[in-house]
Amino acid sequence: MADIKVTINGKNVTGKTGQTILELAKENKIKIPHLCNDRRIKPVGACRMCLVDVEGQRNPVTACTFEITPDMVIQTDTDEIRQLRKTVLELLFYEHRGSCATCDANGDCKLQRYAYDYQISEDVIKAAETAQPKENYSTGSEAIEYDSNKCIRCGRCVRICEEVQMANALTFKGRASNVEVSTAFDIALIDSTCVICGQCISACPTGALYEKYSKGKGQTKELKKVRTTCPYCGVGCQMDLNVNTTTKKIVRVTSEKSCVPNDGNLCVKGRFGFHYVHSDKRLTKPLIKENGQFREAEWDEAIALVGKRLKEIRDKYGPDSIAFLSSCRCTNEENYLMQKIARTAGGTNNIDQCATTCHAPTVAGLASSFGSGAMTNSIDEVKDVQTFFIIGSNPTEAHPIIGLEMKKALAKGAKLVVCDPRKTWVAKHADVHIQHKPGTDNMLTNAMMNYIIENDFHAKEFVANRCEDFEQFRENLKDYTIEKAAKECGVDADLIRKAAEMYAKGTPSSIFYTLGITEHTCGTENVQNLANLAMLCGQIGKPSSGVNPLRGQNNVQGGCDMGAIYSVLPGYQKVADPVVREKFEKAWDIKFPTNIGGRVTDFIEQAGDGILRGFYCLGEDPVLSEPNQAKVIESLKKLEFIICQEIFMSETAKLADVVLPATSWAEKNGTFTNSERRVQRIRKAVDAPGQAKPDWQITCLISTAMGYPMSYNNASEVFDEMASLTPSYGGISFDRIDKIGLQWPCPDPDHPGTGYLHKDKFVRGKGLFHKIKFRHPAETTDEDYPLILSTGRTLYNYNIGNMTQKSKPIRQKQSRNFIEMHFSDAEKLGVKKGDKVNVRTRRGDITVEAVIGDKVRPGALWMPFHFIDQPTNKLTNDAFDNITRTAEYKVCAAAVKKA
Amino acid sequence: MTQNLDLKPLDNILEAKTTTPSDLIPLLQQIQTAYGYLPQQVIAELSKRTNIPANKIFGVITFYEQFHLEPNGKHTIRCCRGTACHVKNGPKMIDAITEVLQIEPGQTTEDMKFTFETVACLGTCFLAPVMMINNDYYGHLNKNKIQSILESYS
Repeated sequence: MADIKVTINGKNVTGKTGQTILELAKENKIKIPHLCNDRRIKPVGACRMCLVDVEGQRNPVTACTFEITPDMVIQTDTDEIRQLRKTVLELLFYEHRGSCATCDANGDCKLQRYAYDYQISEDVIKAAETAQPKENYSTGSEAIEYDSNKCIRCGRCVRICEEVQMANALTFKGRASNVEVSTAFDIALIDSTCVICGQCISACPTGALYEKYSKGKGQTKELKKVRTTCPYCGVGCQMDLNVNTTTKKIVRVTSEKSCVPNDGNLCVKGRFGFHYVHSDKRLTKPLIKENGQFREAEWDEAIALVGKRLKEIRDKYGPDSIAFLSSCRCTNEENYLMQKIARTAGGTNNIDQCATTCHAPTVAGLASSFGSGAMTNSIDEVKDVQTFFIIGSNPTEAHPIIGLEMKKALAKGAKLVVCDPRKTWVAKHADVHIQHKPGTDNMLTNAMMNYIIENDFHAKEFVANRCEDFEQFRENLKDYTIEKAAKECGVDADLIRKAAEMYAKGTPSSIFYTLGITEHTCGTENVQNLANLAMLCGQIGKPSSGVNPLRGQNNVQGGCDMGAIYSVLPGYQKVADPVVREKFEKAWDIKFPTNIGGRVTDFIEQAGDGILRGFYCLGEDPVLSEPNQAKVIESLKKLEFIICQEIFMSETAKLADVVLPATSWAEKNGTFTNSERRVQRIRKAVDAPGQAKPDWQITCLISTAMGYPMSYNNASEVFDEMASLTPSYGGISFDRIDKIGLQWPCPDPDHPGTGYLHKDKFVRGKGLFHKIKFRHPAETTDEDYPLILSTGRTLYNYNIGNMTQKSKPIRQKQSRNFIEMHFSDAEKLGVKKGDKVNVRTRRGDITVEAVIGDKVRPGALWMPFHFIDQPTNKLTNDAFDNITRTAEYKVCAAAVKKA
Repeated sequence: MTQNLDLKPLDNILEAKTTTPSDLIPLLQQIQTAYGYLPQQVIAELSKRTNIPANKIFGVITFYEQFHLEPNGKHTIRCCRGTACHVKNGPKMIDAITEVLQIEPGQTTEDMKFTFETVACLGTCFLAPVMMINNDYYGHLNKNKIQSILESYS
């Protein structure tokens, strides 16, 4: 884009082709008032507040729509322009009826700001007939409320709903002075296509749209904004907790436009999911179990007990008898300390975190293929992808803000190939949707690659120069014809051909996947095969092109990076490497543990077998999150000593001997690493309830009590120790990421971070092809269990639901478990919409509501796992990936009958 | 939405040609002719089949006075509010219709016989004051004439 020189108010400034006057003015800190413009949506020039004079133009032009041209002379603040704007404001106030005194937006309202700036006459400001909004589409919603009295009909809410969110819930209704915002046919917002993202609120320049629960809880002058990172999925959205400085409570969550990576966008969980922080169900005092009952205790007593018992078990039974389960909900600092306590005070490599439940196959698979087990590209690059290959991933629900970036690319004409047994949003909008049978991914990818090679679509030069082991890989593919795959996967052969060709020829193409790939007994192989596909087509190592696992939890990237894995130390330094072990022995002043260690699924098995006896569980609830619940409970009950650190009493904590109250994410400092490897800050915004302490402090206390003293003044000190031992984090510090996070690898303090990986060479040198054979899932259907059940996440809830279900807006939308089934199966079973059905597998049964349609394939079932009282993991199969021990949540044989 | 209307007329309309969003207004006109109004169920189906989001269709429907979301009467009265009619006692004609039928502009009689609308101008100023019933013009109106015209409809 060429530089363009223009003059604004006599000042020479330089812009770019395609830039509007408003954008350029903003860049140069020249203020032009505007009401209908939002950088996230297309400018329309509706409000007329941004009128400016351009030399040579007969009339003033709207700065938001008018693009700059060379030598343009612009005046933004002449007397005539001011008078015009004043008239516009007076006309707006003719429609705006409301008093700033009772409005939540008071102090954060553009209309109010300009009324002051332009000294609008009080005569034109009309009072509302009533302080309450008239009944409208938002009436009854627990999330969003609309007050047409305060609406200036700028259309930002309607446009962001259409253009950015593509939810198409809102519209203008009527014409001229009767225009109001509404839904189609005025149906209630909760029943419309609204996804409760609240983007409409974020776009509203006045107080017409607001969070219902925030009304009356504090105006801008009483609020303090604390910048932090969202505690839900791995996108790592930056958000501001708006805290009332008097009540010390979070009033609402907002996000600043232009922040990285989410540009002011948030989803339902980010915007409406914080209420759990102030829940009265929070744990506030240490609890010790005596005679089967919990009693409150002081910290000293509880810590002493934990230290003594863990030490006793370790000394008596050896390093395999105790295990440490860290949490990717917690910070990097806390994960670092958990693996440190395991290997120092604990003397064991029995350390794991929840990645085993989700993306461990990614870490293992991509590391073996490329040398690094992380998303290869940045979120910012998603919008420029030209061909998406999305497999086993539902980004608009599970990673909504990355979903928005994908929508941006689609709006620009990107091609979309989706392989998913379910008709998700992306599947519905795909050019090619392959609705294959759950568990047949490798059959599909092998056939695609075979077809690509047969037709010479592959990147021969890339394969020859940058990869190795191609021949044996190619030999293996010969068995996998398109026809064979079409039959096994249950899809049309031509669709597979089309998908293969589109992906191979994309300029560029990028693979996105999540747990539909990893949560299989062949999870790691599934991942390696996607790596094969990318290498074969040379679709990696470029901007907007690579293999992109969207990480599930806020800090699951960080939890793995911190070495909370039995086989690696921080930065994936291998435990097996004697040089590495020596480095850590020196740094920590210990003798490095000699046992191999295991994963959470091993811990549970070993608990059942009597090998494991002591279990330190940080912020995890394996009773709800691990497969085959009955067996998990039975195994955990055999343990001699369980200690849980929690914010709520969890199902696992109920089995514990000691439960310690921890702070939530809003009550502590630290860092999370998001899916694109960006290390970002979280900050303390409110005080912890009762005696709750940050997890990292509790871990230090326990370590000290076990005889290995640990003490840090703050989270930053922990981070610095970790960074000094971790080359890929070596250049990162709290100071450097104060404003914008950095993406690892970032080896030294001057390094700018790394946007995409494997640019000229793979991290491991050459990309390694793996020959992957298709294997059937562990459990197949039979007469008794004729259907295939998969589990997954919905947009509205998060994992075991104990955080999201504390939010009224979320509960209103989704508070009970359900099962999706195809209407052909429903008809056979005589099940109607809304009927209760009993779902049964070889491990257990639960009764839930039936949702009937064509979202799943005939023969397939789908259930979320967010509901404590109807736990889906009673049903799932405890069969594991052969390499990472991740459970096959995506396939188990099930039967359904009308309850 | 508990309606259960016959979707055959919609099938016929959509069968006639492939549709793009710019065909929306003619489509709505045809649907309204077929059903007498724009039923929510039919519009939801239209949205599904054309991929034009329902919110957009609703925006268009409510923007134009010619579209109705409620069933109309058997006969539609359109009384002119134009300048020529205004100076020739047009407003009194509106009052007269209200008096005879006991409904305000925008409403439909209880027996579903008449829907009463006013329009900005019918373009037949030489007939002022003027109204249309269905496709027929009635000019040079007065109160008595209105009464007998309305009585002539069954």
